[in-house]
Amino acid sequence: MDLTHSPADEAFRAEARAWLDAHTPPVPLPSLETEEGFAAHRAWEAELAADRWSVVNWPTEYGGRDCGLIRWLLFEEEYHAAGAPGRVGQNGVSLLAPTLFEHGTGEQRARVLPPMATGEVIWAQAWSEPEAGSDLASLRSRAVRTAGGWLLSGQKTWSSRAAFADRAFGLFRSDPDTPGPHQGLTYLMFDLRAQGVTVRPIGRLDGKPAFAELFLDEVFVPDDDVIGEPGQGWRVAMSTAGNERGLTLRSPGRFLASAARLAGLWQARGRPQDSADRVADALIGARAYQLFTYAAAARFLDGASTGPESSLNKVFWSEYDIALHETALDLLGADGEWADTGWSEGYVFALAGPIYAGTNEIQRDIIAERLLGLPKGRR
Amino acid sequence: MRFLLDAEQQAFAASLDAMLTAAATPAAVRDWSRGAPASGRALWRRVAEAGVFALAIPEAYKGLDPRPVELAVAFVELGRHAVPGPVVETVAAAALLTALDDPGPAERLLPALASGDATATLTLGPYALDADTTDVRLTVSGPTAPARPSEVPGPAAPAPPTELRLAPAPGAPPRPCLDPARRLFAPAPGGELLATGAHVAAASAQALTWARLATAAQALGVGLALLDRTVTHVRQRTQFGVPVGSFQAVKHRLADAKIALEFARPLLFGAALTMTEQDVAAAKVTACEAAYATARTALQLHGAIGYTAEYDLSLWLTKARALRGAWGSPAQCRALVVGGDRRW
Repeated sequence: MDLTHSPADEAFRAEARAWLDAHTPPVPLPSLETEEGFAAHRAWEAELAADRWSVVNWPTEYGGRDCGLIRWLLFEEEYHAAGAPGRVGQNGVSLLAPTLFEHGTGEQRARVLPPMATGEVIWAQAWSEPEAGSDLASLRSRAVRTAGGWLLSGQKTWSSRAAFADRAFGLFRSDPDTPGPHQGLTYLMFDLRAQGVTVRPIGRLDGKPAFAELFLDEVFVPDDDVIGEPGQGWRVAMSTAGNERGLTLRSPGRFLASAARLAGLWQARGRPQDSADRVADALIGARAYQLFTYAAAARFLDGASTGPESSLNKVFWSEYDIALHETALDLLGADGEWADTGWSEGYVFALAGPIYAGTNEIQRDIIAERLLGLPKGRR
Repeated sequence: MRFLLDAEQQAFAASLDAMLTAAATPAAVRDWSRGAPASGRALWRRVAEAGVFALAIPEAYKGLDPRPVELAVAFVELGRHAVPGPVVETVAAAALLTALDDPGPAERLLPALASGDATATLTLGPYALDADTTDVRLTVSGPTAPARPSEVPGPAAPAPPTELRLAPAPGAPPRPCLDPARRLFAPAPGGELLATGAHVAAASAQALTWARLATAAQALGVGLALLDRTVTHVRQRTQFGVPVGSFQAVKHRLADAKIALEFARPLLFGAALTMTEQDVAAAKVTACEAAYATARTALQLHGAIGYTAEYDLSLWLTKARALRGAWGSPAQCRALVVGGDRRW
């Protein structure tokens, strides 16, 4: 058991730091949940990709450095410590790409991944429906067979990034006559600008169009855009859900950097004693999450897969993120009301954490039933 | 970089767990609580023979050289089984004696601590744990850590010299503790002077770090035991015709306990690797709070049976409370984290 990085890993870290020092925008970009900010963040992805820093853990043939999990964690630590911009392509990079690596064809990977790596194509997720949230398998949007492909119809909602994104991926019911709701689903990719797609942006709590409703009316999707076998979509999607909650959605580097900034804010405000415990908890929580992730990475490298343990992660970081930002806003006092600060933007973003990627109530059920072995019951 | 226990470390934990499971440890805890230490001392000898105390003692004094990671592994198991006696204090005493400039006291006292022939207690605060049944009673008086400039508001008053003494047996019976297995005595004054001066203060700071690490590990073990026992209970106990563990209100409390304990674990082993004051303080407060929160959940989910001294759950419930305050309160540990020079 050790916490010492190899000289080669430290050299990788130093290279990342040097690049980020030279390239990180000195002034924060506008919020990525606005049209102007979305475009600025897309351009930043291209800048990262030009020097192969946008998807460091991907294979080199798709624009990555094939650097492995530990170096990805080091890159993320440096990235967030540098104060570099949020990642507008994250839905594609952390949800769709792992699915393509596991279930996609070589043709799909060659076609989809390189423009994802450069930010040329930004992806939105299309899971939830008005009547299918936590009970995702009850979804009703249809995929109907047609010559050379499928026709998608129905309604998706809470589709993150869809207001400005290019393409989307999600689950559709391709066989309405199966015995169980988890059967007869197909995982498809589609163009948000295709004929028959209507995107209606939804303002999140601060009004910014961070997600959207999608209305689909016989939208044609070619067979090439089915991932895995038709009818096997649930199994394909669950591998994505494991990734989302597990190692790659929220890197520890993000929270280490946020906690360090919070400690700086606390110092700048004269180290008020009534906030000391909460600031300490932010520092401790970031360290705990970092070390927990190093242990998970070691298990992963030993061949373990992302299982129900990822639910521990998801509850931890989502609640941690809110507590950290609440502490910051409380430290700011009346200045905490301003909506145009990084702390406020982070706070509003954090509030969604316990809801998306499987609500924390669902995660606690998974922990209780699959890690602790408690009997299933009514939700 | 591989932040996982290796096969040997896992086997060490499993062997201690098996030994303590077979040893009727709860009965020894109850004997210990009523001042009958024979069964507890027999258990102590077996723990020592497994090498646990030697993990805090240099080879020169018949130990295995200080190995904080293995020590943490062992103390998780001691906590899981609620092993009675001055286990943390013996480790702290060993760390203190090892860190003195003068090797004399270490040469004299440490070999018997490594072998388990002797137990030790160490008083840096208001009490001497298990002082009546312990062989080596160490007491530190005066400043126990070098004062830091930032903590001194004005001209410092001249401090008395820090002294380490071998204290006499307690003159009065123990004062009752919330955890009956922790027998707390007022420190007896006087006794043989073993060492004095600044190096005693520095050695005391070392002892405190080791005590906090061991307490964090013990607390994590206490919390894991409470979670296990409560999961077993709610799977068996039925109400309204179904196991109470099928209710979401019950499941979610246990899920929260699991999360708290699983995020305390990496802090513990991270602290064992670095042994910095800040890392150890973070592990201590987090493990103790996780264990205490689990104790509250365990009590609630057991219902009234958990609120009885007779039911063995009480052995862990009361310890979770006591460990939270021992060797540094939550606020003291957090202050070390925000006040520390080094950040993660």
